[in-house]
Amino acid sequence: MTERHSIHPAVELRGIVKRFPGVTANDRVDLIVRRGEIHCLLGENGAGKTTLMKILYGLYQPDAGEIYLGGNPTRIASPKAALAYRIGMVHQHFHLVPTLTVEENIVLGLAEGTGPFLNPRKTRRKIARLAQEYGLEVDATAKVWQLTVGQQQRVEILKALYRDADTLIMDEPTSVLTPQEVDGLFGTLRTLVNDGLTIIFITHKLDEVMEISDQVTVLRKGQVVATVETRQTNKAELARLMVGREVVFRLEKRSGQPGDRVLEVRDLHAQNDRGLPALRGVSFDVRSREILGVAGVSGNGQHELSEVLTGMRRATRGTAVLESGDVTNRSARDIADLGVAHVPTERIRVGTVPNMTIRENLILKRYRKAPFCRWIFLNEKAAYENACDAMKRYEIAAPHDGVAAKNLSGGNIQRMLLARELSGKPRLIVAAHPTYGLDVGATEQVRQVLLDQRDEGAGILLISEDLDEIMQLSDRIMVLFSGEVMGVVSADEAELEEIGLMMAGSHRREAME
Amino acid sequence: MRQPTWLQVEKRTSLSPWVVFGVSFAAIVAALLAAGIFFKAYGVSPLRAFQLIITGALGSKVGLAETVRRTIPLLLCGVGLTVAFRALFWNIGAEGQLLMGAMAAAGVALFVPMPEVLRLPAMFVAGFFGGALWALIPALLKVKLGINDVISTLMLNYVAAFVMQYLIQGPWKGPTARGFAYTDRFPASAVLPRIPGTPIHWPTLVLGVVAAVLAYVWVTRTRQGFEIRVVGENPDAAHYAGISQGKVILMVMLVSGGLAGLAGVGEAAGIHRMLLAPAKLSLGYGYTAIIVAWLARRNPLAVIVTSVLFGVIMAGGDVIKVSLGLPFQLVNVFNGLILFFLIGSEVFMRYKVAIAWRRR
Repeated sequence: MTERHSIHPAVELRGIVKRFPGVTANDRVDLIVRRGEIHCLLGENGAGKTTLMKILYGLYQPDAGEIYLGGNPTRIASPKAALAYRIGMVHQHFHLVPTLTVEENIVLGLAEGTGPFLNPRKTRRKIARLAQEYGLEVDATAKVWQLTVGQQQRVEILKALYRDADTLIMDEPTSVLTPQEVDGLFGTLRTLVNDGLTIIFITHKLDEVMEISDQVTVLRKGQVVATVETRQTNKAELARLMVGREVVFRLEKRSGQPGDRVLEVRDLHAQNDRGLPALRGVSFDVRSREILGVAGVSGNGQHELSEVLTGMRRATRGTAVLESGDVTNRSARDIADLGVAHVPTERIRVGTVPNMTIRENLILKRYRKAPFCRWIFLNEKAAYENACDAMKRYEIAAPHDGVAAKNLSGGNIQRMLLARELSGKPRLIVAAHPTYGLDVGATEQVRQVLLDQRDEGAGILLISEDLDEIMQLSDRIMVLFSGEVMGVVSADEAELEEIGLMMAGSHRREAME
Repeated sequence: MRQPTWLQVEKRTSLSPWVVFGVSFAAIVAALLAAGIFFKAYGVSPLRAFQLIITGALGSKVGLAETVRRTIPLLLCGVGLTVAFRALFWNIGAEGQLLMGAMAAAGVALFVPMPEVLRLPAMFVAGFFGGALWALIPALLKVKLGINDVISTLMLNYVAAFVMQYLIQGPWKGPTARGFAYTDRFPASAVLPRIPGTPIHWPTLVLGVVAAVLAYVWVTRTRQGFEIRVVGENPDAAHYAGISQGKVILMVMLVSGGLAGLAGVGEAAGIHRMLLAPAKLSLGYGYTAIIVAWLARRNPLAVIVTSVLFGVIMAGGDVIKVSLGLPFQLVNVFNGLILFFLIGSEVFMRYKVAIAWRRR
C-alpha cells in the first residue's frame, strides 16, 4: 500500500461511444480500473470488449467520452502515445516478426543503443531480469518462429514490460494456450499485480474470471451491464449478465435412434501438409440420426480426416463411401453436391471470404444452382431473399446482408457458416471444432443446431478438442491417436478416464484392463 | 503530461466509393505536383507545361485524335488486366501479349490465302488467340508448377519482342521494304478503316468499349465473375467451396491476353499497316495499361475513363517534345510518378488518418 494506491483509479473511462457503420460497438461505456488489480472485461463475441481496449490503447478514437489516467484527462492518439502513458497491450493475435530473434522483436521500434547500433548486452540483461522476475523464461536469442505459441505470448508480455508498461491489457490471452501454459500465465499475472501493475483481462470464459480477477465488468451489446467484485458473484450470475438470460449449461438431448449408415470409411490413409502420414488405416461408420464424436489431442489426424472426407485433401489409400456413392478423392464440389456439409477448423481463413458480403458468403457453395443462378447470371434477388431468411433463422446479428463478413464477430461468422452449410438438408455433417472460441450463448446455439440436425436425420462427425462437448453431444465416441483409431465407445458407457488413456495412445482393450 | 503525437491513424472498417475516388484523385494531383519539379528542373514553368499538355492533347482536332489513338490500346489492355488482377494474377505481360496479337494478325494479313471480306475478322480472331495463348504460358506455369506470375509474365515480354525482331529481320522481311526491317505493307483488305482525317481506327475503339462493358457484366454479374472474386479474395475458401483456382486463372488469362492481342491487331492493321520493330509498334502500351487498370481499381468500366486520362498524358508527351523541346521520356517519368503515388495512396484506403488538434 504505497503511494501507487492513490485516490485516483489507474484507468477511468467515462461515457465512451464508438460507432462503426451500422453498429454501435461501445455505447456510453463507463469503466473504472483500480490500481494494482486484475480487472476482467467479460462479454460475448461482439460485445465490444476489444473495441473498448483498442480505444484505450490508441488504436481507435472514441466518438464521444473521456479517458482519465491517474485522474488526468488524457487523449491517446496512437499506440505509441499509449506506451508513453505506460499502457501496454497483448493482442489476441500476436504482432511479432517471425524471422527476428526474441530480443530483436522486443527492442523493435525503440530508440535504443548508440546511433544506428543496438546494444545487445544491455538489452539482454534487462530482458533476463524481467523474465526471471515474472516467470517469463524464454531464449532471447531464439528466432520467434521457433517458439511455441505460449512462448510467443511471453515475448509479447516482455515487450510491454520492457517499455515500462504499468497497465497491461490482455486480449483473450488463454484462447491459444494449453492448460499448463494457462497456469504459467496466471502465475505471471499474479506476480505482476503484486508488483503494483494493473491488468485488464479480456475474456468470455467464466472459469477464468472466477480464478484470476479481483473485479469484473460485464459488457453486452456494447453496454456495461454490471461491474461486480469477483468474490461477491458466481458463474451462474455472470453468465446471466453476459447473455441476458438464464443459460442452460446442460442441453436437452434425446437419446438417439441411429438409422441407416450414411458414411462408411475403410482403411483410410492420408498425408499431412508436410507429406508425412497423418491417417493410417482409419475405418468407421456414421449412421443417420447419430453424432459420432472424434476425440484426440490436436494433430493426431482429425484435421486431415475432415479434409479427406470433404474433398479438400487426397486419400492415399482406402475408401469413403456415402449412401449416394463413393466419394473417395472426389472434388470438394461433388462431395458438397452429394449432401455433405463441412464446418471447417479454420472457419474464417477457410470457410468464408472476409471481404465479400454476408449475402455472397451465404451462397458460396450454391451460386451455380437455381435459384441463385439463371443461365450464366447470378440472381441478386434470390441471394438477397436467402440472406434475409438465413439471418432471421440463425440470428446473425448484422445491420444488413451487405456487410462484409470480416466485420462480423466470431459467433456471427459461425452462425453464417452453419446457415450456409445446413441449408441443403445435408445427409452428413463434418463439423470441426464448431464452438472453438465462441462465447457461451453462441456455443449453446451451435450445439443445439447440431442436435436438431441429428434429430432431423443427418449423420454428424463431430471433431472437437473440448471433451465436455464430445461427451455432451455424441452418441458414440471415437478416439484418434497418431492417425489410428484407438477405439469407439458408446457415449452412455464412456468414462473420461478411459477416453483419456486412449487419447494418450492405448488401444481400447488395453485401456479397459 | 506531454502530448506524444497529434496524428491519429485508425483502421477503416468499410470503404465508400467516394473515399476511393477522393484518394485516387489526390494521388494524381500529388503526382502532378511532383512532376512539376522535373519541368522546373528543365527550366520550364510547370503550369505552362501542364497547360500545353492539356491544350495539346484536348484543345484541337489533331490533338484529340492523337489522344484517342493512344487510348485505344490502353483501353483494351487495361480491361484485360483488371480481369486478371481480380483473380490476383499479376499479369505484367500485356506488352508481350499485344505484340503476339500483332504478329498473329500480320501472319494472317500477309500469308494466308482467304476471301478478302473475311481477312479483317480473321485477323482479329488470330490476334485474340495469339495474345491469349501467349498469356496461357505463364498461367500454366503458375497453376502446374507454382512459378511466380510477375516474373514469368514480365520475362515473356522480352521473348515476344525478340520473336518479332526475328520475324521482321528474317523470314517475314518484306521484299519491298528495301532492306529495312519491316514486313511488306498489308494488302488493302487487311487495313482497318479510320475516321477520315484522323489516325483513329474506329472498329478497334468500338471493340474496346464493348469489351469494357462485357467484362464489367462478366465479373460483377455472372457466376464465373463470382468465382474470379472468390479466388482473388481468398484462395483457401475457393478450395473449400470446390472452385478450381487453376481453371479460374487459365480463364482470366485467356481473356486478359486475348484483349491485349486485340490491341496489337489494332496497332498493326490500324496504325502502321505492317509489322515493324516492336518498340515502334507499341509505345509501351502494355506497361502503361498496368497503371490504367490499377487506377481503375480493377473495375473494367472505369478503365474507359482512366485509359483516356493516360491517352491525354501520352499525347501530351508529343507536345512536350515538339513545343518545349523536352525528351519524350518525361512521359514515362510522369507515368511512374502516378503509379508510385497510387500505390502509396492505398494506405489511406485502409486507414483513416486525421489530425487531432491539441487540447489544453
